[in-house]
Amino acid sequence: MATLRELSRMPEVLVPGHRMCAGCGAPIVVRQVLRAAHAPVVVANATGCLEVSTTIYPFTSWQSPWIHTAFESAAASLSGVEAAYRSLKRQGKISQDIKFVAFGGDGGTYDIGLQSLSGALERGHKMVYVCYDNGAYMNTGIQRSSATPKGAETTTSPVGKVQPGKRGSRKDLTKIVAAHNIPYAAQVSPAHWNDLYAKAEKAFAADGPAFLNAIAPCPRGWRYDSSDTIELCRLAVDTCFWPLYEVENGKIRVTYKPKEKKPLVEFLKRQGRFNHLLRPGNEGLLEELQQEVDRQWEDLLAQSES
Amino acid sequence: MGSRQHVAMTGNEAVAHAMRQINPDVVAAYPITPQTDIVQFFSQFVADGMVKTEFVTVESEHSAMSATIGAAASGARAMTATSSQGLALMWEMLHIASGYRLPIVMPVVNRTLSGPINIHCDHSDTMGALTTGWIQLYSESAQEAYDNMIQAVRIAEHPDVRLPVMVCQDGFITSHGIESLEVLSDDEVAQFIGEYKPAYSVLDVDNPVTVGPLVLPDYLFEMKFQQAKAMEASRRVILEVGKEYARLTGREYGFLESYKLEDAERVIVVLSSTAGTTRAVVDELRRKGEKVGLLKPRVIRPFPASELRDALSHARAVAILDRAETFSTQGGPLFCEIRAAFYDAPKRPLMRNYIFGLGGRDVGTSQIESVFADLAEDVARGSVKTPVSYLDVRE
Ligand SMILES: Cc1ncc(C[n+]2csc(CCOP(=O)(O)OP(=O)(O)O)c2C)c(N)n1
Ligand code: SF4
Ligand SMILES: [Mg+2]
Repeated sequence: MATLRELSRMPEVLVPGHRMCAGCGAPIVVRQVLRAAHAPVVVANATGCLEVSTTIYPFTSWQSPWIHTAFESAAASLSGVEAAYRSLKRQGKISQDIKFVAFGGDGGTYDIGLQSLSGALERGHKMVYVCYDNGAYMNTGIQRSSATPKGAETTTSPVGKVQPGKRGSRKDLTKIVAAHNIPYAAQVSPAHWNDLYAKAEKAFAADGPAFLNAIAPCPRGWRYDSSDTIELCRLAVDTCFWPLYEVENGKIRVTYKPKEKKPLVEFLKRQGRFNHLLRPGNEGLLEELQQEVDRQWEDLLAQSES
Repeated sequence: MGSRQHVAMTGNEAVAHAMRQINPDVVAAYPITPQTDIVQFFSQFVADGMVKTEFVTVESEHSAMSATIGAAASGARAMTATSSQGLALMWEMLHIASGYRLPIVMPVVNRTLSGPINIHCDHSDTMGALTTGWIQLYSESAQEAYDNMIQAVRIAEHPDVRLPVMVCQDGFITSHGIESLEVLSDDEVAQFIGEYKPAYSVLDVDNPVTVGPLVLPDYLFEMKFQQAKAMEASRRVILEVGKEYARLTGREYGFLESYKLEDAERVIVVLSSTAGTTRAVVDELRRKGEKVGLLKPRVIRPFPASELRDALSHARAVAILDRAETFSTQGGPLFCEIRAAFYDAPKRPLMRNYIFGLGGRDVGTSQIESVFADLAEDVARGSVKTPVSYLDVRE
């Protein structure tokens, strides 16, 4: 296990100068994940905040080759890149070992890009797909996605007289991905950098497709102070809203159990998008959300190998 | 195959044969009638180890084009193939392929676009892609589809062009009809197309490139301007490659193919397989002493406006046959563009338009004869009475 000091000295692939908001979780995820590649990488990016803010022509923050095609096509385009690599390597036209990694937001992964991700996973391309999940379409102005937590306010799930924010639960993408029987899938949080680093190393080493789902708070969309990003990442884990676990060759393992599971409200109350839930009259909804987190956590523990 | 041969093949087989000889580094494709055979034949070539290709069996045409773009941006010669709904599903990515200046060659087997669903030939699919920045070549026969495929590689990859190319043939009529054609030897094809020298590659990790950044109003316009310039440059390259191909095969290709046009007073302009039917009618009417002729565009992107003017200005009446609607109520796509090309011409023949063959409605010699007869009436009258009509439709 590398120390924090060692990690901080590793060369960066995503360098400063980009226009992501202060406190954005996405570039933190990218920088932590890429430290574990231990080889040159080719990066694919789905349309979204990360893509638009890091490549404003004629500038780029990417020190590695990088490709963006469209919103829903990161996995498919990287499939083509990886296929070209295999073809050219077989023909002796390339000798280097290269790793392939895609970054997509929750919109580009849970929603519009799910089909192309599923296809790429099933075909077995050797690539790591990282979803940076900020729980909404942030780039277009905070619209709900299927990763938006139940009850959260977004611009397309506003709080109104007859609607308490987003209806319906989040999609469990990590489980959906794991159901493709790929070698490795895991949930990570930048607050647990050592856990994240270890999982990213496993993902890059996997003999086939690997998937990391990373919580990536968005100060604008979640409405909190930009200095609280890592704190929110930690609270998401400690409340079991975002459990840290991995699915390695079909075996589920919870990689971090909070010593003391915190009430969900500790996570929610720090974010403006849940303000309305704390108002009198919404106790029932809050209780429902807590029960859902409890049930999912219990299920996960029951499935976990150790 | 070691030598040049005469073979009996369907249009699809001929295209798959060309793809085997081109031997792309990557093919990503998805099946759709009537293109399916191409994917199946090619899968067999892969299974038999006859090509060096990585074959990516994508889950949709959107991903087919996305993966082909990814492969082409990786310095690979990359191809896909499609028809109709598949092309429609690719639409978003078609612009990205041309905007990123990737020399992808894609056979398209023309089929009606759904609404309602129909698997037969018309040109609504590729006519819908006229503004996507792709070069479009149309083929009358399996031979032409084969020849166009080989030439398309050179056109697409030329450093002054670097644009993707669609090679179109008529669904079922050409794709499934068996014809006799001449195919080149594998070596001849390999020599003709040469080694691919990509402009950039995302696999070049020592010289990293950012492909597909966000480009704002300060630069995007220039990029589109350069794309238009590349399309302009392709005009010269298409002719050069056609001449070089003629030296190899004896079959010369340009923008247009004319048949008994020099002294023709009445002319039909039509793409692809219907040109064959028209040629037969021209022969028959010529035997009766009628001065009729045929003009078959091969290339419509870039649009050969000056060539069309040169070819048609001596005629007295021209019928442009469109196998697609624009729903502008002003005629089909070819008609609108050809008529516009004559706006500044000193001599303008009478021009009328027929929408024909939608959804695979058969076009026989009698329909073509009726068009020449209508043109004769226009000539006699000295004017066009019905600029846009529908050939053989129940009104
Ligand atoms: C086909 C298509 N539909 C819609 C859009 C508009 N669009 C661009 S980014 C985006 C949202 C991205 O959300 P997400 O993937 O969660 O990334 P984030 O912006 O939150 O980082 C949308 C809706 C698009 N670019 N392409
Ligand atoms: S809007 Fe949110 S996701 Fe987008 S750059 Fe800003 S903080 Fe990051
Ligand atoms: Mg998002």
